[in-house]
Amino acid sequence: MIGPDGALVPERPSALARAPWWLLALAFAGVLLGWRLATDALWRDIAGRLLDGLGVTLLVTAVGFPLALALGLCAALGLVSARPIPRQLATLYVQVVRGLPVLVQIFLVAFVVTPLGVEALRALGGALAFWPAASETLAGLRSSDVPMGARVVAALVFAYGAFIAETLRGGLTSLPRGQAEAARALGLSRFQALRHVLLPQTFRRVLPNLGNDLICLLKDSALVSVLGVRDITQEARLYQSATFRYAESLALLAFFYLALTLLIALAVRALENRYRRHAA
Amino acid sequence: MPPDAAPPPAPVIEARSLLKRFGVLAALDGVSLAVHPGTVTAILGPSGSGKSTLLRCLNFLVAPDAGEILRDGREVDPSDERALDAHRARVGMVFQQFNLFPHLRVWENVALAPRVVRRLARETARELAARHLARVGLADKLDAHPDELSGGQQQRAAIARALAMEPAVLLFDEPTSALDRELTGEVLAVIRQLAADRATMVVVTHDVAFARAVAHEIVFMDAGKIVEQGPPAQVIDAPLTGRARRFFQS
Repeated sequence: MIGPDGALVPERPSALARAPWWLLALAFAGVLLGWRLATDALWRDIAGRLLDGLGVTLLVTAVGFPLALALGLCAALGLVSARPIPRQLATLYVQVVRGLPVLVQIFLVAFVVTPLGVEALRALGGALAFWPAASETLAGLRSSDVPMGARVVAALVFAYGAFIAETLRGGLTSLPRGQAEAARALGLSRFQALRHVLLPQTFRRVLPNLGNDLICLLKDSALVSVLGVRDITQEARLYQSATFRYAESLALLAFFYLALTLLIALAVRALENRYRRHAA
Repeated sequence: MPPDAAPPPAPVIEARSLLKRFGVLAALDGVSLAVHPGTVTAILGPSGSGKSTLLRCLNFLVAPDAGEILRDGREVDPSDERALDAHRARVGMVFQQFNLFPHLRVWENVALAPRVVRRLARETARELAARHLARVGLADKLDAHPDELSGGQQQRAAIARALAMEPAVLLFDEPTSALDRELTGEVLAVIRQLAADRATMVVVTHDVAFARAVAHEIVFMDAGKIVEQGPPAQVIDAPLTGRARRFFQS
């Protein structure tokens, strides 16, 4: 990197340059907004409506991220596997998902995969004639029994599993070869070496990237609104279509997202600082 | 039982006719080696002669293309993952680059395998780790992290980590090559002490003087083959082949 003074390696920026002015600017905008909320009943009304959707936004993120992390971990282990079948399957998954817009994936899962899956379950119900209770439940299943919210979460998990798989693969392959060798040389099995030596170091290394994936998932949770699920974005859109007040509702919507994503960013940074000293 | 009736002890670890190719390069070209209990074997030879590959085949970090490895007289089945894990748990290894686990404290590095592989309780494993760290002179570094240690201290911690599994044989892969000259002494002193305690060891090294001082058996390798083998006085001081003579003269 070339510094402003032309030095090849720039000096550590001054305390003035490093101070979080950007956060101060945002906090100032927050204060202005707070003043608006305190003095203007209309803004309070809009904020109240958005709050109704906050639970859905948080739920989609909080349920989706751990599932995506689990799926991504499995896929990452496939990507680095020496065995052909897991390796090829994981690569196929990551490449397909990475090549499709998340919005298109949501439509596909909601309107194609879900009906097909329901149809398959009904066929299974027909085959389970010897077990009447299960057979009846399955045969009576309809697509409308699968809530839109669940379909979107499934689609987001599928999409973010692939991103996270790439993140983790990068971390795993960046570890020095000697770490796996030392673990195996001590008698640890493949799984034990992963569990106790390789994955803990991988997570410390990719923490900033995982934080980024979490922030992106939170933002993409807004896509649930295209299926009519009432998250904060959908609440804002409903308000807009009734009142045509775009500026106020969008300003508040942006504020909600920023508040959440900044909170995540700060939490991730705190975690990073805790791990930084002996990370690897 | 009269002493002469006892059968000679089986080699702790034995390699028979190992073959290993990396592409067109024959890293090991029919190597056999037996390591007897309580002895130190030093493997010497020029770079690329197959020393490290031989050492890594002994614990299957490198899978030989052909040949057998025997421990205590029994062949290790290379197709059996569990048998390989059990074999590695009985064969300690110390690496050129130490390879301590940077996310764990020093005592946790030493206690990890006893806890995970031998399923010792945390406190028992900590005591075990403390004992072995004291043995290598690191009793005061239990709670340090590896990056707070000097290179020599890191390598001694790595030796304690290998010792904590109470292995039947210890393999050293150029244990001082990554160290500054003034730090090699403390590591060599630990290995000397282990030799005095009759530990069974195989040491790949460039340090001819050290090999002469501690080894009972010198193995000189070149181009994937064992060229000469015998006590130091013979192989180092009176080599039979021109290849070995040139190596030890330089």
